[in-house]
Order: sequence, then C-alpha cells, then structure tokens
Amino acid sequence: MTNAALKELIASWFPNAKADMDHQNSDGDSDSNDNKESPIENPLEFTEEGSEFLNIQVPEALLHELMLKLKTHPETHFDYLFCLTGMDWEPALGVVYHLESTEHRHIVVVKVKTEDRDHPSFDSVSDIWKTAEFHEREVYDFFGIRFNNHPNLKRLFLTDEWDGYPLRKDYVDEINMVIK
Amino acid sequence: MQESTTINNFKSEEYFINMGPQHPATHGVLRLLLTIDGEIIKRVEPDLGYIHRSIEKMCERDSYQQIVHLTDRMDYLSSHINNEAVCLTVEKALELEIPDRVKVIRTIIGELTRIASHCLWWGVMGMDVGALTTYFYGFRDREMINDIFEETCGARLTMNYNVPGGLMWDIHPNFVNRVKTFIAHFKTKIPEFDRLLTENIIFQKRTKGVGILSKEDAISFGASGPVGRASGYSCDVRKYHPYSALDRVTFNESLQTEGDTFARYKVRIQEMWESLSIVEQLIDNIPEGEHRIATNAVIKLPKGEYYQKVETARGELGVYIVSTGTKNPYRLKFRSPGFSNLSLLNHIAVGGKIGDLVATMATLDLVIPDIDR
Amino acid sequence: MVLNISNSLREWLSTMMPETTAHILEMVIIALIYLGIFSIAGLFLVLMERRVAAWFQLRIGPNRVGYQGLLQTIADALKLVSKELTGTERADKFLYNLAPYFVIISSLMALGLIPFTENFQAFDINIGIFFLIAISSIGVIGILLGGWASNNKYSLIGAMRSGVQTISYELSVGLSLLTMIVLTGSLQLSEIVEVQKNGWLIVQGHIPAIIAFMIFIIAGTAETNRAPFDMVEAESELGAGFHTEYSGMKFAYFFLAEFINMFIIAAIATTVFFGAWLSPFGITESLPWLGIFWFLLKTLALVFLMMWFRWTFPRLRVDQLLTLEWKYLLPINLVNIVIMAWVVWQNLTIQI
Repeated sequence: MTNAALKELIASWFPNAKADMDHQNSDGDSDSNDNKESPIENPLEFTEEGSEFLNIQVPEALLHELMLKLKTHPETHFDYLFCLTGMDWEPALGVVYHLESTEHRHIVVVKVKTEDRDHPSFDSVSDIWKTAEFHEREVYDFFGIRFNNHPNLKRLFLTDEWDGYPLRKDYVDEINMVIK
Repeated sequence: MQESTTINNFKSEEYFINMGPQHPATHGVLRLLLTIDGEIIKRVEPDLGYIHRSIEKMCERDSYQQIVHLTDRMDYLSSHINNEAVCLTVEKALELEIPDRVKVIRTIIGELTRIASHCLWWGVMGMDVGALTTYFYGFRDREMINDIFEETCGARLTMNYNVPGGLMWDIHPNFVNRVKTFIAHFKTKIPEFDRLLTENIIFQKRTKGVGILSKEDAISFGASGPVGRASGYSCDVRKYHPYSALDRVTFNESLQTEGDTFARYKVRIQEMWESLSIVEQLIDNIPEGEHRIATNAVIKLPKGEYYQKVETARGELGVYIVSTGTKNPYRLKFRSPGFSNLSLLNHIAVGGKIGDLVATMATLDLVIPDIDR
Repeated sequence: MVLNISNSLREWLSTMMPETTAHILEMVIIALIYLGIFSIAGLFLVLMERRVAAWFQLRIGPNRVGYQGLLQTIADALKLVSKELTGTERADKFLYNLAPYFVIISSLMALGLIPFTENFQAFDINIGIFFLIAISSIGVIGILLGGWASNNKYSLIGAMRSGVQTISYELSVGLSLLTMIVLTGSLQLSEIVEVQKNGWLIVQGHIPAIIAFMIFIIAGTAETNRAPFDMVEAESELGAGFHTEYSGMKFAYFFLAEFINMFIIAAIATTVFFGAWLSPFGITESLPWLGIFWFLLKTLALVFLMMWFRWTFPRLRVDQLLTLEWKYLLPINLVNIVIMAWVVWQNLTIQI
C-alpha cells in the first residue's frame, strides 16, 4: 500500500483523526485532496515531513489499541517490528516504532511521547511483537521509560543500582562521559 | 533451588548455573543465567552489558565521519557492511549521487566480508559441537580474504574503508586478481566443509530437530538474516531493499523451512555460495571512475529522520538517524541483528539439553559487541 | 609367566638379604620401573596427540623444545609441577585431594598387566581380563569424587555425566572382550597371546571378532572419556568438566591418566585382537625381544586411530550417548556373543 492509502485506512479506524490528518498535511507534502474543516480534537497525527516513511503520532492512551490493529488488520498486517527506539525530544520522552509488513512490504513509523520526565510510562507492545520485550527493556534501561504489562521489566545492560538513565539528554556523568 | 517437582518418585530440583561471562561457548562476554533441571534447560536469561560502550551516546557527540569508525567496533565480523550502513544513510540524507565504481566495490567487499564471517562462524560452530578441527579450516580460508582486505585498506578486521561519499582509497591493483584466485580456491573448499562437518552423522543428529523456530515466531521475534531465513521467512534486505550494486546482480535467497539448528547451518553454507556468485558477477565489471566524491569537511544533515537497512552477515542492521541540522546527529539508533536474534534464545532453547543450547547458540551466530553496542 | 629380569633380580637380591626383604625390595623396584614407564609413556602420548592434532589441523605443533619438540611435554610437566595448587573455598578438601590418586592408581595398576613382550609383564594372573575391567572401573570413582568435592556445578555435571557414561560403556567393553574369551577359553593374558600363535584372534574369529573389535574400540573411546564421547570435559559446554577446579600437578594427574587409559585400551585391543607382541606371520619369531617393537607399533596405531576420532568427529549429546550404548551396542554385543559361541561350537574359526 502507498503511504496515502495507509493514511486513509488508519485514519478511518479512529473517526476523529481524519480532519487532523488533513490539517497536518497542509504543511507537509500533501497527498490527500480532501480538505474538510473540523473543530474536534483528533487523536492521530500523520506526517511525512522529513522522513521517507509515513509517521503516525499517537497519544499514549491509544498506543496499544492502534498497534494491535496495525498488526491484526489484514490490509496493514504490520507483523515485523524491526526497530524500537527510545527518544529524548527534550522535554518530551518517547518511543519510535518502525513497523514493516512481511506480506505487503510497506513501512510505517509510529511515535508516542509523554511530557512526564519523572514517571514516563507507556503500554507494552511485547504481547503483540515478542521482540519488543527485549527492546523495551533496553529503552527502560537507557531512558527510564516504564512499560505497563511488560513481563520482565528489568535493567538489561546496566546494573540495577545504576543511577540515572544514560541516553537521556540531561544525563551527566563526569567520569565516564567524554564531551568534546 | 526455587521449586521441586516429584515425578515418578524421583525428586528433582531446579538449580541455577551461570554460563559466562567467561565461557567457551558464549564467544565473548555474554552471561546466560540458566535454570536447569538435571541436563534439561528450563529457562535462559541473558545478562548483557559487560562490554557496553554506549556507542549510540558517543555518536551524539561525534561528527558523521567519526561515527563510521565506531560502527566497525559493533559487529566486528561484518565491519565493512556496518560502515556501509552509516555511509548509505548519510549519503541518502545528503542526496549524494554515488559513482558506480564505489557501489560495485562496496558490494564486492561486503560479500567478501560475509564469506569471511561465515567462515569464522563455520569454524566456531564445529568447535562448539566438539569438532575442533573445523576451526582451523575455517580460518585458513578466512585468512585469504583478510589478506585481500589488508592489501586494499590496510586493516584486516576493523576496516574503515567506507567514508561518506565513497571509499577512502581506490582499490589496490592486485585486488581483482587476488579475489579471482580466492574464488577459485574457495569453490574447492566449501565441498570440503561439507565432507568434514555437514555430512557427518553425529553432527546431523546433534543439530536436526534442535532449537526449532517457527516462521511466525521468527517474524514476531524480529529474527533476521540466516536465522530468519532458516525458518522459511524471506527476509533478505538485499532482495527487498537493495542497496549499492545489489540491484544489478542475480542471486538466490537461501531459504530453508525446517527452522532447526541444521537449517540455520545450511542457510549459511548456501549463503557462502551465493556471495561467491555475487562477487563473481561483479569482479570483472568494476566500472572506471571516481572512488570518492567530495563532501563538505563538516557534514551537516538536513533536519529530518533517516533510516537505512543493510544485510550484514548476521542479519538486518538498521541505522536510524534523527538530525536537527547540526553536525552531530540528535539521536542515532542501531538496530542490531544480534540483539533481536538473542532475544529468541530462551524461546528455542527451553526443553533442550545443555549440549543443544550450545549448538543452538552457535547457529544464532552471536557477536557480543553487536549486542552490547 | 613371570618377568625373567625380575627372576634374576630376585636371585641377585636374595644372595644379599633375607627372602622377605628381597621380595619387598623387588616389588618396590618393579613398581618404580612401571612408574617411570607410566610417566614417559604419558608424556610421549601427550606429545603425539599434539603433533597428530596439528597434522590434522594444518598446523605444525610443538617443535621448538628439543629435537622436533621431543622435550616439550617434559617442559610442560615441569611447569605444572611448579604451579600453585589452587582450589575452591568450600571444597571437601579430603576427597578433593584424594580424587586424582584414584584415577592415576587405577590406570597404573592396569598397566602392570599389559604383556609388552613374552617376558615383560609384571603381573600375569589367571583372571587377567577380568582384573583389567574391574580396575578400570575404579577410575570413575576418582572422577565422581573430584567433580563432587570441587563444589562447582560444572564439575558436578561433568562428574555425573562421567558416572553415567562409564557405567554404561563398561558393559560393552566387558561383553566385547567376553566374546573373545569364548574363543580363547582363558582369561589369562599370556594364555590369550598363546592361542594367537595360530593366527590373531581378529582373524580366527573373523566376522564376530571384527564386530567385537569395533564395539570395543567405540566403547573403549567412551570409557576413556575422549572425543567424540568427551561429555565429561566438553569444553564448549562445561568449561573443563570435572577437573575445572584442579590445577598444577593434580590436574596433571587427571591429564596423564586420560592418556594412559587411552594407551591401556589400545594395549588391551592389541592383546586380545591383534596378537600382542606376536609379529605378523611370525616373521621375527627368532628374535623375541622384537616383541616390544611389534606391541608398541600395533598399540600406537590404535592410539592414532583414537586420536583420529577425536580430531574429526563432533561430540555426541548425553542422551544420544546413552541411546548408542543401550539401544545399539549392547543388543548387538549380546547377539554377537551367541554368534561367536556358535562359530566356536561349529569349529568355524580360521586357524593358520
């Protein structure tokens, strides 16, 4: 499926999303011809700006629902989570999911973010893709983002006593970090 | 000693055992926490981080030229392909038109790297199942490739031959001849590998039906490379997202359907043949031209996100760069094949014996620095 | 048959001192001679193993110390002697220190029975073969003790594997030798050699004897815990198995015993199947002292065969190891004894 078709389909799952999608499109490269005005706040944000893939920005509450739908819907069938990246957008923390369908060979990027730096948490997708179990542990280890319903959320690389989350932008370690 | 079970009046107790971080079968500093009942594996829990250098964090302070040099410290057995991955991402972001000569040479060296890596894996695989002689046979042939690399770029392991925009130097005048000599030599040696190990009945008994990974699980666990392909999961990045000169060669994706340890073994043996054929198709047709196009001394990527997949000897390596338009990446993530492949170890090793675990782990072909980035 | 040299030695000693003292002194001297043979043979076999391995593996092997590396293993032994003896903290010290001696004494005792030539055999009792089998099973106690007392889980797994393996394969070693006893009608080693003057037993017994030999060499390799049956050490699985925690000379005892055991298995095979010190077709019958040459030639050829196994085959898994013994070797062996009995009964043996 093309990015435009994907956008159309995914937006239709969350009825309120459509207008927002068009709104986002007007300042990115526009594939859609619809231009309906909508005053309602919409859950999903779509963009292709600055990326070769379709990007979906999803609110944390809808993350698991959207992911499950992306995996199970026969037309999207994103069964391969090939990259799960923790991000520090300063001040927001978030996770970027790169999904590919081994059947249709299309790719989509799902992003989720939270402003809460002290207790960031998202729903785990490890029940949808088993590979997420390890990748989420890595994100927890380096960004301190907790994943709800994760079967074994422990630090993976660092020791349990490690203070702080090293890949956050505000992490300071005067001994181990060499800053030029 | 967490629980005890009584089966047929035998009281059996589970116990923990530490495999690694110094253990011959973990090939580096990987620590596995095994829960064992007698000889039977109940649970495998990897404990990582013994050589974690936080390359991703280091990348955030380095320039793009410097980052290339960090990548061959990840999966040191496919260092060239790792370098290529970063260069391709940067070139994609800068929208550079790379000369054909560079593309072809990158592909040839990439495939030679793959053969070298598989040679080493084959030797170590044999050693893990107890056939010590294979190690030396594998190294004999890998040595020829290393010599070619040494002559071409001055290094044998961490090559750093790629730079954003091309290659650091042009190839050595002997390169084509030596590669041809190697192809002729290695064609007689793969059958020797088969005679020594593949056809051995003990080896087949040890590996067939052991560590079975289904296709669905392979996809769900994000398995890639030979591990995925042995389960019938067609996942060759070279086929689906061809890069460099891989779109102009014909080769077969080696697929097996059994998903067991022997299938993973066979996929890698077949891959050596395929890589030889790719090199053979390209070696006579290296186009003339520049070996490098000029880039700015300070590379600044336009604002945006860039993702590039390549197929290393272990599977799919992804480079995800988030740039804010400065000379350093804002965030750089390596999706390493070994990390995902390791995550499925618990799934396929449970229920087997200690010997099965070792054989299974050998066919996952883990390189620890690739996991502990 | 008693050692001729020992006879003359005893006569010479009894001229100087009372009978009992002479007897004891004689035994001590013989024991010392065998100890010498033991260590020299062990060191030589280690060197041989390393050279053979190197040859299989496209390497050269040790060739610096002494002519062609002949003194290499002596240098290694000196190094081991001078090394510190380390051990685990909560090991059972008494058993831990006792274990290596079990292993080394059992193989030393077995060495005494081997008929190197007609006159060069320390101890020729009428239950020779039976004694050999009995003695060789003491070694496993040492391995079990060592593994258990080390207080190391890897050692323990190795020791348990060793127990299970040795007990299983002992059956096959015993039964395959028993097959040949049907042919010779005697357990005494000198008698067995005597019978072979009419043709080596592997020829006399033809098909069942060849089967018995094959089973013996497989079971023998397993009994000595060598690849492809090195479950006990299995360096890629268990680190070093039962001797993980041993160092210095205690480790060397285990190491030497392994090689001597291999030599003993080959020597038994030579004695029972290939006519011990008898020359092929009696070509050197007039020169009995050449017996030692023939004996060592045959034995080392078999040792070489076992080394060939080790450097070619992958290792079996522990359940496959037991399957091989209990489901294949043992039934074949039992049938083979019946066949051999029938062959002997019907007088179908080949006599030269």
